[in-house]
Amino acid sequence: MAGRDGFGQLVHAEWTKLRTVRGWVAGLVLAAILTVALGMLGPLGSKIACDHVGDAPTHSCHISGPPQDATGQEVDDQSTFVHRTLTGDGTVTARLTGFDGKYSPDGGGPADPGNPTAGLIDGLQPWSKAGILIKDGTTAGSAYAAVLASGSHGIRMQYDYTHDTAGPAVSVTAAEPRWLRLTRAGDTLTGFSSTDGTTWTQIGTAHLANLPKSVQVGVFTASPDFAVVKNSFGGSSTNTGPTLATGTFDQIAVTGDSTGDWTVPAIGSAAAADGGPGALQGPEAVAGAVSNAGAGADAADGFTVTGTGDIAPSAPGEGAGKTPESSLAGTFGGLIAVIVVAALSMTSEYRRGLIRTSLAASPRRGRLLAAKAVVLGGVSFVVGLVAAAIAVPAVRAVDHSKRMYVYYASTQAEIRMVVGTALLLAVAAVFALAIATIVRRGAAAVAAVIVAVVLPYILAVASVLPAGAAEWLARVTPAAAFAVQQTVTAWPQVKASYTPTNGYFPLSPWLGLAVLGLWAAVAYAFAHRQLCRRDV
Amino acid sequence: MSGAVKASAFADALHAEWTKLRTLAGTAWLLAAAVVLTVGLSAVSAATVTCDGAGCGEDPAKVGLLGVLAGQAVVAVLAVLAVGEEYGTGMIRVTFAAMPRREAVLAAKAAVVAAVTAAAGVLAVAASALVALALEPGNGFTAGHGYGHLASAATLRAAFGSVLYLVLVALLGVGVTALLRDSAAAVGTVLGLLYLFPILAQVISNPDWHRHTMQLAPMQAGLDVQSTIGLAGQPLSPWQGLGVLALWAFGALGLGGLTLRLRDA
Repeated sequence: MAGRDGFGQLVHAEWTKLRTVRGWVAGLVLAAILTVALGMLGPLGSKIACDHVGDAPTHSCHISGPPQDATGQEVDDQSTFVHRTLTGDGTVTARLTGFDGKYSPDGGGPADPGNPTAGLIDGLQPWSKAGILIKDGTTAGSAYAAVLASGSHGIRMQYDYTHDTAGPAVSVTAAEPRWLRLTRAGDTLTGFSSTDGTTWTQIGTAHLANLPKSVQVGVFTASPDFAVVKNSFGGSSTNTGPTLATGTFDQIAVTGDSTGDWTVPAIGSAAAADGGPGALQGPEAVAGAVSNAGAGADAADGFTVTGTGDIAPSAPGEGAGKTPESSLAGTFGGLIAVIVVAALSMTSEYRRGLIRTSLAASPRRGRLLAAKAVVLGGVSFVVGLVAAAIAVPAVRAVDHSKRMYVYYASTQAEIRMVVGTALLLAVAAVFALAIATIVRRGAAAVAAVIVAVVLPYILAVASVLPAGAAEWLARVTPAAAFAVQQTVTAWPQVKASYTPTNGYFPLSPWLGLAVLGLWAAVAYAFAHRQLCRRDV
Repeated sequence: MSGAVKASAFADALHAEWTKLRTLAGTAWLLAAAVVLTVGLSAVSAATVTCDGAGCGEDPAKVGLLGVLAGQAVVAVLAVLAVGEEYGTGMIRVTFAAMPRREAVLAAKAAVVAAVTAAAGVLAVAASALVALALEPGNGFTAGHGYGHLASAATLRAAFGSVLYLVLVALLGVGVTALLRDSAAAVGTVLGLLYLFPILAQVISNPDWHRHTMQLAPMQAGLDVQSTIGLAGQPLSPWQGLGVLALWAFGALGLGGLTLRLRDA
């Protein structure tokens, strides 16, 4: 009992020391101000192209971004979809007898304006898709479920953009066709595949709560852009090229209440829908579908469907918009201020000789360190929480006033980002305190902790190292903790450049923070040992 | 006569500062750490960064001298401690009593710190450059990929400029510490000035602001001196960039000297 009182008194004493040194309080206030103000610099210095043509403002801009699904997640939703209406329950079956594609390995536009596929070479993208689709209309972002063959990831069932279930890992060729089937029973959709059309293997089920009674069913093809990302000094460049995929379907059968004609997108309709000048020159000009048996033929003869684009979640790309975590770019400024205060709270005791008094008052030395850690960690947490809770909405308000598009993050992810930032500052403060206890020199401790936390981040994210080395740094150094601010998701079913340079950390948010925690724990244990063993 | 007295007084100040810095326990360790960190990180970078074809965009000099990013932090600590320790121990009062011309004390400190930094910098940069020259041709920095002989005049300028860069970072450290009078706060400020800009530049999408940030940032502008390719595309020419860092360093020294004169020790 007396022990607990003793520790409480120590904590109180440390709190008194902390709040009565004017410079330290100023440092903590500065930490909060830097976190918010430096975060503001980004959007304040930004303008987006849509409200300026050349140098002249057009005043005709809306905050726009990619289409969104029902949850707010940004999505790509472009495909060639041969469809008809199904009302109520039913089944769609089709046989995929051929699947191949073309892509431009050099990126850029078409080599010959007169020939949309000039310069393209044969080959499918890993996530080129051909299969059957049940969809809530043709509006971008609407709910769907699909059973599809992919370029190199086998047969899959995907639904509502973010869900992906693997089926048989086979490639579909003319020699080895595959049957695909989707059944609808109320809100439940079940996907199957088969080699012969009689024996069916279930791949997965989807529950689409808001699917209306009447849906569009049919066959589709899509093919995402081919992209090569090149990291070079001071940034990365992406070489993107359009691609095409062509799926040949026959034996298309729909059971249930489904009458009327098939809607067959005409060749070039994707470009027409795009409306952009010159769009007809690209591969979109050859996207569309034709009946295998000529115009007006029976669906059982099938369709040859050529598509471009993708049905998948959209990853934040260069220049398309800002990630939510970019509002916390000022964390680094706050972090440095907190590190300085934390290190000083220990080294200044050594400098002034106060440490002798402190240790005389608390002969069990470990408790002094613990009390300091509790006070500094707690205060840093509060400073970080307040600063992040102000910075996130404030920076977003500026972003919106500047017509910047900010990517979606779930409320849960935003809370994790804010609380994680506060924890990051708290753990870094304890880390700095421990290092300061070990080296007993303020400047050396501050420099060591800043170099350990900030330099790997610069090398991994804002600089030069190749992706492998950058990921290694973002895994093992204290900079791994910045993963806790990440809200963007690396989708396994979307090919993109998921490197630290683009804001994707190799560790999960909490695991990344735990790496910093581990560093702090080891440093704390060593500091505790040193403090107890050596003379002051 | 009086000129000679002044000159000899400054020589005495230099000698005193040299003795102090030489006999500080940490100086040798810090200089050794600066060299080891610089060469180590440079070697890792030279060994891992590859050029996969013509126009790969990698700058062999920047790749081979990347360690300066880490070495500068140690140099900054050394410079800060050279001034901050005297404030920490109260020794600065004795120094000023013996040497009432405070600007001269600061100038002597700056000169001595610059000299030892230059010595360590020459060692670190030369070793980094030799490692890079040995490793980089094997990593694709070849004539076939558009790189001539790596040991060119531009590389020499990058190496020489990197040594000057380290010296200027040290002077920035001396100036900021004279201004703040506290080692830990000074190190935090100097490293913040160096390391925060590149992170902020990442989130600034406006090309004009981005360019101005890169031109203003002491580290980004200063490291322009290492560029040997794509000079037309960078915000400042190599020597202009180093000039920006020099403005930061001598600006801080000037302000530091001014406050030394104006306020109590």
